Amino acid sequence: MVSAMAEVRSLDHEAIRRQVWEAAAAVPDPEIPVVTVADLGILREVRVEPDGTPVALVTPTYSGCPATRMIEEEVLAAIQLAGFPQARVETVLSPPWTTDWLSAEGREKLRAYGIAPPQTGSNSKRALFGKTSVACPHCGSAETERVSEFGSTPCKALYRCLSCREPFDYFKCL
Amino acid sequence: MVDNNLLFQYLLRLGDDQQILSQRLSEWCGHAPTLEEDLALANIALDLLGQARSLYTYAGEVEGAGRDEDQLAFLRYENEYTNALIVERPNGDFAHTITRQLFYSVYMDLHWNALLSSKDETVRAIAAKAVKEVDYHVRHAAEWVIRLGQGTEESHQRMVEALEEFAIYTGELFEMDDLAQQMFKAGVGVDLTLLRPEWEQQIAAVLGEAGLRMPEVNWMQTGGRSGEHTEHLGHLLCELQYMQRAYPGMTW
Ligand SMILES: [Zn+2]
Repeated sequence: MVSAMAEVRSLDHEAIRRQVWEAAAAVPDPEIPVVTVADLGILREVRVEPDGTPVALVTPTYSGCPATRMIEEEVLAAIQLAGFPQARVETVLSPPWTTDWLSAEGREKLRAYGIAPPQTGSNSKRALFGKTSVACPHCGSAETERVSEFGSTPCKALYRCLSCREPFDYFKCL
Repeated sequence: MVDNNLLFQYLLRLGDDQQILSQRLSEWCGHAPTLEEDLALANIALDLLGQARSLYTYAGEVEGAGRDEDQLAFLRYENEYTNALIVERPNGDFAHTITRQLFYSVYMDLHWNALLSSKDETVRAIAAKAVKEVDYHVRHAAEWVIRLGQGTEESHQRMVEALEEFAIYTGELFEMDDLAQQMFKAGVGVDLTLLRPEWEQQIAAVLGEAGLRMPEVNWMQTGGRSGEHTEHLGHLLCELQYMQRAYPGMTW
């Protein structure tokens, strides 16, 4: 009897967890709205506490990313709107966010939006030190050059295509 | 068991270094030599600010007196800041700023890397994020030092002068005073003297490529770690603290 009750409760919690995840995952990134917080890997996990309170865990991209607070507020608002007014959002620093967590779908959305997606294996010094070539998101050419490793937001670098001559943003490795 | 008051002081010290340098770099906003550099220095300042925020927030929790990151960042007096003197020095010209960036970023890269094995879980987590950000800062500074050193006669000469000015402030970064010793013994902090040979090697390598060299220094300026600052910090704090002093408790 007791175990049957526990099973029912955990099933409830699994349903809550899934609904909260779906609501939170759909929140767009405030700076690059074509990708969601789930695409970026910023939304780490949804937990349900014993009393049924859902807690969404988010992680910042860069320590000083100004969008972090806004993301937390928007994730919380989305969860509350989905019918969980008591929900909380918590920030976790560890493990540190990496561009390797970007989903394949997120990478494709970035490219279509005109931002070159990050190289994979970003924890390797080789990728970090810009030794790999970045393909132009407009024409696909590999003939590109770095203008600056710092761009309009902490996560982007400035590049220029030598084939089509267009400047573009590169979502740099971290 | 780590003494909470010591840990608090230690976190403030680490936070102060990042915050004060962040404030200095922000002064370049709108004044940098090129648009790309304006963005770069502002982005680096932002990384440092984020690291300071994490450290101050944790310091406030450790202190347990209800002070949050803003109160620690904005509502202390000059002698309560224990940042190293190098970060409060005025920016000078671009060569000065870049020279400090090289000295400081290489130092923090080694420091954060060493803190990855701190026994304190939160310090470890902050270090793990910061170390990846500082990699970019090191490369940014090193590329500029090489470009300026090998550039024109004037850019080379300005680098020589900047190295002269900042060299005497580098010794303080590796000082092991009582607090640093205690935090090292507790397994939270690191033995900074062990970082120095590697720091010297990396700096020498970049300067070598730039056609420059580290000036001979037989005396090092010190004082920041015990709250004895240059006349420049007070002016910096006036600007930094203005809003919180004028509108106490103000939030965005
Ligand atoms: Zn192109």
